[in-house]
Amino acid sequence: MLDGMNNGLWFLVWILVGIVGVGALTVVAIHRGEPINALWLVVAATCCYALGYRFYAKFIAAKILAVDALRATPAERLENGRDFLVTNKWVVFGHHFAAIAGPGPLVGPVLAAQFGYLPGTLWVIVGAVFAGCVQDFVILLFSVRRDGKSLTEMAKEETGAVGGFVAYAAVIAILIILLAVIALVVVNALKDSPWGTFTIAMTIPIALLMGVYLRRIRPGKVLEVSVLGFVLVLLAIWGGQWVSQNATLAPIFTLRAQTLAISIIIYAFAASVVPVWLLLAPRDYLSTFVKLGTIGLLGIGIVALHPTLHMPALTRFVDGTGPVFAGKIFPFAFITIACGAISGFHSLISSGTTPKLIARETETRMVGYGAMMAESAVAVMAIIAACVLEPGVYFAINSPAGIVGQGAAAATATISSWGFPVTAADMQALAHAVGEQTLFNRTGGAPAFAVGMAHIFSQSLGGSTVMALWYHFAVMFEALFILTILDAGTRVARFMIQDALGHLYKPLGRTSWYPSILATSALIVAAWGYFLWQGVKDPLGGINSLWPLFGIANQLLATVALCVATTIIIKMHRAKYALVTLVPLAWLVAATFTASWHKILDRNPRIGFLSQASALTAGPATAATARLIFNNRLDAAVTAVLVVMVTLVLFESARQWIGVLTGREEARVKEAPFVTTRLAEERV
Amino acid sequence: MSRLKRAAQIIVAMLREIFDESAYERFLKRAKLQPSMESYSAFSREREAARNHCPKCC
Repeated sequence: MLDGMNNGLWFLVWILVGIVGVGALTVVAIHRGEPINALWLVVAATCCYALGYRFYAKFIAAKILAVDALRATPAERLENGRDFLVTNKWVVFGHHFAAIAGPGPLVGPVLAAQFGYLPGTLWVIVGAVFAGCVQDFVILLFSVRRDGKSLTEMAKEETGAVGGFVAYAAVIAILIILLAVIALVVVNALKDSPWGTFTIAMTIPIALLMGVYLRRIRPGKVLEVSVLGFVLVLLAIWGGQWVSQNATLAPIFTLRAQTLAISIIIYAFAASVVPVWLLLAPRDYLSTFVKLGTIGLLGIGIVALHPTLHMPALTRFVDGTGPVFAGKIFPFAFITIACGAISGFHSLISSGTTPKLIARETETRMVGYGAMMAESAVAVMAIIAACVLEPGVYFAINSPAGIVGQGAAAATATISSWGFPVTAADMQALAHAVGEQTLFNRTGGAPAFAVGMAHIFSQSLGGSTVMALWYHFAVMFEALFILTILDAGTRVARFMIQDALGHLYKPLGRTSWYPSILATSALIVAAWGYFLWQGVKDPLGGINSLWPLFGIANQLLATVALCVATTIIIKMHRAKYALVTLVPLAWLVAATFTASWHKILDRNPRIGFLSQASALTAGPATAATARLIFNNRLDAAVTAVLVVMVTLVLFESARQWIGVLTGREEARVKEAPFVTTRLAEERV
Repeated sequence: MSRLKRAAQIIVAMLREIFDESAYERFLKRAKLQPSMESYSAFSREREAARNHCPKCC
């Protein structure tokens, strides 16, 4: 009787959630003309996530994956107290979220806000519920059933050697482009900013101090030293203001983009070769501490303040003429926003450490699907932070000088002529309020996000008098964990190269052999450093060409992950449900291949790499022009190689699907044998 | 009240796991060592191998 009442009550609750969600989504979608409150986006997203988790994820878990609470996971079967460990589901959730949440869900949505708030919001919500969360969830479960194997191993076993090779090559390519593009974001955020540069420079001695403290003074007390590091970083932010106003020190920390790029390249090389405990581990702890705290704080700030969005739902730039990056909504919005909706990189985390910690198969839904929902919510916050700015201000910050013109007068005149009024005095007042000399042409997304975040924070806490502190806190927050990814990513790529080179010459594979460490570190830093330098010298701001390249590479990796997932689903005799991964796969193939086509062959020089090379060839020949022509051709070649490789995986997978469905090939999945769990309910 | 206490315990456990404090405790137990500079160095070396192969997302 009580059960019946409870069921009835829950039924009504879910009907209510559905009605509220549809209502909020409708308002977000059809509202035009007047500014809209950010709370509509928050409510729409929350209801969609709740419905997706309760119904869609549960359907996938029950009907397709047949998750089994009685099946022992590798954490239980292979427990060694090191990699494999039965862990509380909330702890795994936190661990997984901390690993997948990077600057991507912050930067991508800010850049895509040039189309208006609507395209990004819809893609982030719908993409996450039907694609990103599904990918992370199914790859996690499939890895759990295969002793925690990586995506590349699963691709090799389930789709063939080509799949394994392409996944490996795609990971290396993504890492290189990712590292270049995020380094460029930091360069653009810190150029000509003595305050920001000083604060970030100070995080290096702070991390070194934390490393020594952890190793020598209070071994193992990470949380304690992270709090200490955080306090020191806050002091560095406060001190940065003094430095920026000091006649002697300010010029030392006022660096051009090229100087910053060289500094970051040297720093990353050094970070890759010094012991992990000294710099990388403490910085990683510090950035995770700051990241989790700031994301939580931003969420609270948005709900408490519920600001008004000034950006229209759709801007005129849906036609592809946008100043932030060129290209129409389809396909460019869908490769610009990756991490907040679907990211191939997540499949590496879902098949990395997380599957080795899961206690029960039933927990994969909460960890895989749930953590991606949280990531998507972070992307919604980024959209809100960008769209609370007046559109004229947003475009003044994010547009390169090559598009809007040199100087405040030219830039404001161009932007105002687009229908987004902004004056040089407005921009000067804003720059003054956040403690910068100028906010024009600060491309890359990070400065615009920082201004939006400072706007939200300062209205919640401290008022306009502390806006500069909040702005530099936001810049520090972004730059800190971008640099952490730069350190860690360079090391991961170095190890992957060492693994590969070890097959050719054994000593090169030894991770403790210094000649190998130096050579492979130099190789990987040179690779992403080249693309970074290309971005810094690009008259269109670099982000215009590098971010789409990164988006394409990342979404192509997602294509590989979804190919693997679809193959396994078909081999599990669940072909009638394969649309769950096939539809996102088809969408990604359509968006990514179209974007690649445009980036290589589009006749508009702002979009197509080859047409830009041709346009430059037709112009006056200088040394810089020759390099730009080469860079554009290189970018076109990289994109083409990635597309060809993924096409091979698609064919290989389709061949397997047809073989299994027609009965020509045996449907044999490579799962670990079933073992009944010995875990008592209370232990889990 | 007990639910709040449980939630607080989980948050602390989550933070200790993310920040490797629990991993260090498990290492000490597994290796039958007492907390010291030497044992933390040994733990760091073991973690280093895992960390170097562990990607972080964008």
